[in-house]
Amino acid sequence: MINVYIPRDTASLSMGADDVAAAIEALPEEINIIRNGTWGMTFLEPLVEVKTDQGRVAYGPVTAADVRGLYEAGFLKGADHELCHGLTSEINYLKNQDRLTFARCGLTDPLSLSQYIDNDGYNGLSNALKLSSKEIVEEVTTSGLRGRGGAAFPTGIKWNTVLETEGTQKYICCNADEGDSGTFSDRILMECDPFCLIEGMTIAGIAAQATKGYIYLRSEYPLCKVVLNEAINIARRENYLGDDICGSGKAFDIEVRIGAGSYVCGEETAMLESLEGKRGMIRAKPPLPAHVGLFGKPTIINNVLSLASVPIIMDKGGEYYKDFGIGRSRGTIAFQLTGNIKCGGLVEKAFGITLGELISEYGQGTYSGNEIKAVQVGGPLGAYLAERSFDLPLDYEAFSEVGAVLGHGGIVVFDETANMKDQAKFAFDFCAIESCGKCTPCRIGSTRGAELIEAGNFELTEELCELMDTSSLCAMGGMTPIPVKSALKNWPEDFEK
Amino acid sequence: MTIDLEKANEIVARFKDVEGALLECLHALQHSFGYVPAETLDIMADGFNISRAEVHGVISYYHDFKTSPTGRTVVRVCQAEACQSMGSRHLSEHVQKKLGINMGETGADGNYSLEAVYCFGNCALSPNIEIDGKLHARVGPDKFDEIINAGEKL
Repeated sequence: MINVYIPRDTASLSMGADDVAAAIEALPEEINIIRNGTWGMTFLEPLVEVKTDQGRVAYGPVTAADVRGLYEAGFLKGADHELCHGLTSEINYLKNQDRLTFARCGLTDPLSLSQYIDNDGYNGLSNALKLSSKEIVEEVTTSGLRGRGGAAFPTGIKWNTVLETEGTQKYICCNADEGDSGTFSDRILMECDPFCLIEGMTIAGIAAQATKGYIYLRSEYPLCKVVLNEAINIARRENYLGDDICGSGKAFDIEVRIGAGSYVCGEETAMLESLEGKRGMIRAKPPLPAHVGLFGKPTIINNVLSLASVPIIMDKGGEYYKDFGIGRSRGTIAFQLTGNIKCGGLVEKAFGITLGELISEYGQGTYSGNEIKAVQVGGPLGAYLAERSFDLPLDYEAFSEVGAVLGHGGIVVFDETANMKDQAKFAFDFCAIESCGKCTPCRIGSTRGAELIEAGNFELTEELCELMDTSSLCAMGGMTPIPVKSALKNWPEDFEK
Repeated sequence: MTIDLEKANEIVARFKDVEGALLECLHALQHSFGYVPAETLDIMADGFNISRAEVHGVISYYHDFKTSPTGRTVVRVCQAEACQSMGSRHLSEHVQKKLGINMGETGADGNYSLEAVYCFGNCALSPNIEIDGKLHARVGPDKFDEIINAGEKL
């Protein structure tokens, strides 16, 4: 029996992974097909792996039409072929990463609990169950983990606030509304290692003494819903969720809730409103969600990757995690190389690598082969950076010093055909479409901004940016000026005429 | 056209006592009827013990919820930055011309609906288009025509 791995994540499926699987299944050999998660080398998808005595040999990107040729070349024995990349574990793109949170992605069948456990899964929970709530929070605080959704608030401090707030019912809310263009790391984690998120949320529940968790998942990720719900059912069956987790007497359970196509519901207070079945309108803070959150109860709201980083922190210790990274940015961050890039995918690295290294060493330049013109880092509310910023180290503080943000780690590359005036106008257009409408600077400012750019009145655009920045209620209106101002500053020539 | 009110009642009954589950209920109704029929607003208002206006407010807030039937084939084109960097503006123009409808419209013959989406989360393989729930990556005008033409032959 030959073991062949074919990923089942959204990216691979969008490039025909199911057709490839059908073609391989039809070969006249005894083949055991394992539908694993993706390694995140998206440019090689579908990446087919064959298990050999030396290890797993990678072939990609494979189409169904390639299967015959691969078979004739002997790929089932790991033979060479023009699509062969040698051993998966030796591919530089993967080998040079710091895979902590994404250690199992690609390696395992996402819905195999036994494979999860065989690869260090549930070590973190098992350690956490031996500790007091306070001790768990202290370990997470030690790790230096900061919110990976974009706001970078220290996770341990947030957890401690909820732990110390009195409440008969508390909640853990996982923000899986990954709406930023240029990001998909949450999706990969949920599709390829769902138990990791479940474990992280369970530890958070035990730490904050919350018994119920919600995953607020965007509707654009239908496969995540299927995978998460199956994984939750398996975890319940095996007592990793429910009234008596691993015989500890502690209770925690998770429910997946689906958003409905609203970008601003990724903002934590809008997300709470949406989870309560209402319009996704921003709440004014204070009160903080940690004090008055979901259904008015103390609530931890964390991004998928913040929660998914907790199992390894509780497994190997806060100090281990903290050893990665620089300055106040500790641990690793999942960068996503996207847009007009030759080798797009997921790169988990310790903080501190430069933008240029990431784009040239991993990304290998543009997909089109043209010169790079601009790089947007941190989603639709992030700055457009020009080549002179490429030596910036990717860490939260270095980016905020130059008026940029790391956000959720999305990196979108544009080649020289991009028009930055169009991109600046789009920033306002997007804000107008997605604004919740609660505060005036965002609701009206976004429309006026698009008009001003169209009219060529950039002086007033700058003033409007200042106003939106200082007086919007949340990041939607407050940060829309970032892409606009950076485009104006870095490419004034695109705004002439 | 009348809708199966009994089915609508059943769906609302399933969600009305689940905390904060109005969006889940709307998704279920839309899944069942293809859109959220106007006749179901009163049922939801009663079930969830909120006003009809509040139900309407929620439906109209979210891009996903439809208040009229969509075309037999729903085409969703990503309009966000990563896909823009790979030519989605040009692709969108092509798609509109090919289908004879603008973004956000359903054709008079009911064959196609065309929708703008802001990110499918497949940004390393832009541009992306979803057709009847199936995501296609690296779609240029030619590949789009191929997919649509193949679908029409069925």
